[in-house]
Amino acid sequence: MLAFVVRRIVTTIPVMAFVALFVFSLLYIAPGDPAAIIAGDQASPADVERIRASLGLDRPYLVRFAEWSFRVIQGDLGTSIFTNLPVTQLIAQRIEPTLSLMVLTLIFAVVVAVPMGVVAAWKAGSWVDKAAMGFAVLGFSVPVFVVGYLLAYFFALKLDWLPVQGYTPIAQGVWPWFKNLILPSVTLGLVYIALIARITRATMLEVLQQDYVRTAQAKGVAQKDVLFLHSLKNAAVPIVTIIGIGIALLIGGAVVTESVFAIPGLGRLTVDAILRRDYPVIQGVVLMFSLVYVLVNLLIDLTYTLVDPRIRY
Amino acid sequence: MTAQSTPVTTAPPAAEPVKAELGRAARFRRYLRRHPSVAVGGGLLILMALIGIFAPLLWTTDPTAISPARRTRVPSELYWFGTDMLGRDVYSRVIYGARVSLLVGFSVAVLSSVIGLAIGLFAGFIRWADGVIMRIIDGMMSIPPILLAIALMALTRGSIQNVIIAITIAEIPRVARLVRGVVLSLREQPYVEAAVANGARAPRIIWRHILPNTFAPMSVQATYICASAMIVEAILSFIGAGVPPSVPSWGNIMAEGRALWQVRPHIILFPAVFLSITVLAVNLLGDGLRDSLDPRLAKTL
Repeated sequence: MLAFVVRRIVTTIPVMAFVALFVFSLLYIAPGDPAAIIAGDQASPADVERIRASLGLDRPYLVRFAEWSFRVIQGDLGTSIFTNLPVTQLIAQRIEPTLSLMVLTLIFAVVVAVPMGVVAAWKAGSWVDKAAMGFAVLGFSVPVFVVGYLLAYFFALKLDWLPVQGYTPIAQGVWPWFKNLILPSVTLGLVYIALIARITRATMLEVLQQDYVRTAQAKGVAQKDVLFLHSLKNAAVPIVTIIGIGIALLIGGAVVTESVFAIPGLGRLTVDAILRRDYPVIQGVVLMFSLVYVLVNLLIDLTYTLVDPRIRY
Repeated sequence: MTAQSTPVTTAPPAAEPVKAELGRAARFRRYLRRHPSVAVGGGLLILMALIGIFAPLLWTTDPTAISPARRTRVPSELYWFGTDMLGRDVYSRVIYGARVSLLVGFSVAVLSSVIGLAIGLFAGFIRWADGVIMRIIDGMMSIPPILLAIALMALTRGSIQNVIIAITIAEIPRVARLVRGVVLSLREQPYVEAAVANGARAPRIIWRHILPNTFAPMSVQATYICASAMIVEAILSFIGAGVPPSVPSWGNIMAEGRALWQVRPHIILFPAVFLSITVLAVNLLGDGLRDSLDPRLAKTL
């Protein structure tokens, strides 16, 4: 087991190294002169030169990459062109809202999607199943900002049940914090629910045909125990896997959800950075999210042994 | 007797092509009946494409014409979907927006399929390259696609072409991985081994035995990529990293409606409905194709 953990961690190193190389190289591969594009159309030649120097584009690629990766390993992601603040500091300031949003969404989505998929598989072909799968297709098709504005319009503006926009730090009370995040989490969760529910249903359909399920039913185990204990346990590996892969959807969706609900998180930071063409910030955010994504999926690989004791490393 | 037998012998060859022609149309109708999601999705998609193609004829005005005198009107007989902050006709903008979305969706689907197919075949067949290519693909797939597209767009000037390139780069790894998986499983098939034993060279094996088998999973994947590309385009435009603001795309219309969404929600609502219907159509088409092309895939998803 320990050997596997070590090996698995080691295999993520080349992946992250490639991500770093790729994100860094974009500055050089991009067509045109990135310094001129970042400086904008109104910039003077002196501005362009200043940005070229601050990005290090005036020095050889390999030298730059070596320096840059050395600093990234030490936790230095460079400085923002616009604010002149360290990128790590900017990210640290914005991490709480995004983390809150993603964790709440994750919990909400799993709590809704897994039972939905299980029931849909149990009642396969019935109207419950059709409704659940119809909902899943809709969840994939309606873009996240559309859902966001619809929910905000009805539940915040028309019914006045929940705050329209904004974010309250958790330090100022759990309830205000939670109240502000309900609509964003539901918004962000829909596509994730669609994904998890579909996989849960598909896996459960297969598991429900197994002999041990029939045996459990024959000896009179309660239906809910057959579904949620005997069957769901055996369907757990694909479900857990898709939860991990789906984190990518969640990260992309968070950028949009934060703009819709005016949440001052990493998504806002990214959007502001795009408008100002602040590449060091974008580079830092992409690197950090990719690292999170890789680490989450690493953790999920390791939980396989928990959900399925037959898997041993 | 001879006069009677002649028509009998000559009739069948004459009737057969007609029967086959009818049979094909009838088979197509039966296929659509059995897979209603292909019919509904395909139908809606064709409708959207027609709307995009014939946009100038659909009672639209110039979608970029600015008129401060008629700013932020609510929908009326004159302005069916109202007007935006600059007084542009939202109906015309939404109708023309179909062009951008469909163009981006189809271009990305085709480009990423072709490039992904080439990379997947290469990795599946050239064993020494496989390890390197797959590590690169793993690396690219660990960057969330929207962020990858955002990073690419931050370094280029906003244009439809650059949006298509950025989304295509973000989607290629998925196709390449799918194709490589198909190639690896097909390589072990007895008929491929038989072809190898018969002395067939790699190009012939790829052309005759591998390519036809990638068609079903690839066309299903392509529809999903098309749907996802349209959403990513709208997201990029919405957050200001997409096509230039002057181009009427659904994402841009929604981005411009953002400031006014509490008082004039229809500016966001109309493009949102069009975008959702189009993506839904593509997804329905994809689901239907998946169920009909490969029953095994239907079971796993």
